[in-house]
Order: sequence, then structure tokens, then C-alpha cells
Amino acid sequence: MEPAPRLQEAQVSRLVRMDQTGHTTVAEWTADDPSAIEVAIAAFRAELDQGYFAVVSAGEGQAEQVRDLPVDASLVILRRPIAGG
Amino acid sequence: MPADTSAGGLPELAAVYWRPRASNRTLTHTGRLWTLSTAAHTVPFVVAAGVLAWLKPVLAPISLVLLVHAWAILELYAARGANVVRRPLRGEHRAEPVALGLLGDLVDRGVRDLHARTRLVLERGRLGTWLVGERGALLVRPGGRRVHCYCVKVPEPDLPPSDRTAHLLLALRTDEAGFATVANLAFSGATWRLRRRLPAPARQALEAAAQRTRSV
Repeated sequence: MEPAPRLQEAQVSRLVRMDQTGHTTVAEWTADDPSAIEVAIAAFRAELDQGYFAVVSAGEGQAEQVRDLPVDASLVILRRPIAGG
Repeated sequence: MPADTSAGGLPELAAVYWRPRASNRTLTHTGRLWTLSTAAHTVPFVVAAGVLAWLKPVLAPISLVLLVHAWAILELYAARGANVVRRPLRGEHRAEPVALGLLGDLVDRGVRDLHARTRLVLERGRLGTWLVGERGALLVRPGGRRVHCYCVKVPEPDLPPSDRTAHLLLALRTDEAGFATVANLAFSGATWRLRRRLPAPARQALEAAAQRTRSV
């Protein structure tokens, strides 16, 4: 029996770092690709170790800081700490 | 209450643990203190000018100098506030178009259009309406009559301007009160005082923020 056709391609999620180049895509994964998720988690931890903070959108005008990679998020942004000027 | 660095708060709060966490109450209190401080700096000059002119009309030129001094103090404070959204003089960053694309993805079309004209991102918050720039932010308080100007930045060299703005915007969205706590207050005063010191594009943005605040 042939496998049922997939109605929709799995959504590609991205881990993006804001840096001197504008932004850099650090990792990409889909929910159905465990090896890509593993690579993304490793990259995520490495960036946090470098002092970046990870943020995901949490609705209009809201964002949430995360300490573990939210695999189901479509976009995770890495930002540097801010400070009073 | 000291700044809260627990889950949900900005991690940067740990660097300013001694500051009370910002709230509507603390911002109103801070605004009143600024008004008192401004009065304490200027009223003595105005009173002295009046007394001198009354005692000896021949000293009127000195009274005039005192009045100019009082006026200059008011203007200098407002200029300090305006500086937080003044763009540094420099050429276009090579990566700015890329950074602008990411910032554009974070905001809606109306805000994108305003940013294209003014380089400021309008963001509605619980404490008021914010205008976020690349090295500072303005908070227009409910009612639109008072504005707080904050110096806040990403201490990283060579980031494109829109990336700096996106950093601040994301921190603001993560924890608005924490953002107002971490940032350094450069000025708090009447919106009209600040407007006069702003460059024309920023005046547009301030007007939009004040209107948004009044319409809530």
C-alpha cells in the first residue's frame, strides 16, 4: 500500500542570531526531523553559552525568553544583553 | 521592591538589582520628582530676577541674564531627553538592509511605515506607548502629556541600526517593566518640551505615540 500523501509540508523552523551581518540563520529544523532538531538544540545551547538570550514571539506585542529550544516555534531569535546607556 | 530577576523577567535586571522595579506607580512618582527637581533648579533664578528688577530697576539686565539661565536649564534637560532618539552621524551600515528585513518581520505594516519615516518603532505597552530607537526609547505615558526618555543600548560594536532597535524591541516585549528598570532615565517632563528639541521625523513619531496614548 502506498503511503498516504502528505497534505502539507512540515513547517521549517529557524534559529536566528542578530549580529553584525544583520542576522545569521544558525539552525533550521522541521518537527519530523529528529537529527535536525538535535543539531539545532546543540547550536542553541552553544549560543546561550556565548551569552546570547533566546526569544520567541508570544502573540502581538509579547515575547518570551526561553532557556530550552522550543521545537514547535517557527522562529527563535538570539539577542545580546541590553544595558542602560 | 528591588528589581525582580525571576522567571519571566529580563536577565539584565541582575545588573541593576538595587533599582525598584518600574510600575505605573513608580513612574508617576519619578515624574513628580523630575518636576520638583526642575522647579528647584529654575524657580530660584526666576525669583531672583524678579526681586532684583523690583529692588533696583537698573539691574534689569542682570535679571534678564538670570531668566535666560533658567530657560537654558529647561532646554538643556529636554535636549538631553531628545538625544536618546537622535541618530548618530555615520554612513549606512553594510548589513542594514538585512537587519531591516528582520525588524520588519517583527512589526505590523503601520509601524513599518512609521519606522521608514522616523527610524523609530512604535510599540503599545501597559505603561504607555513606546518609541524605540537604536540607542534609546521614549515612553509616552497615558494621556500623552508626559514622556520619559530612556538611554538603553546593546553594548556590541558594529551592529546595524535596525538590529539594535530589534534588540531593544524584543527586550521590551519580553518584560516591559524590566526594560524600564534596566534603562537609564535621561529626562521626564512635558511632551511639548521634548517635542521642541526633537528632529522633525522624531516629532512625527512622538505625535503618533501621543495620539495613540490619548485614544486608549
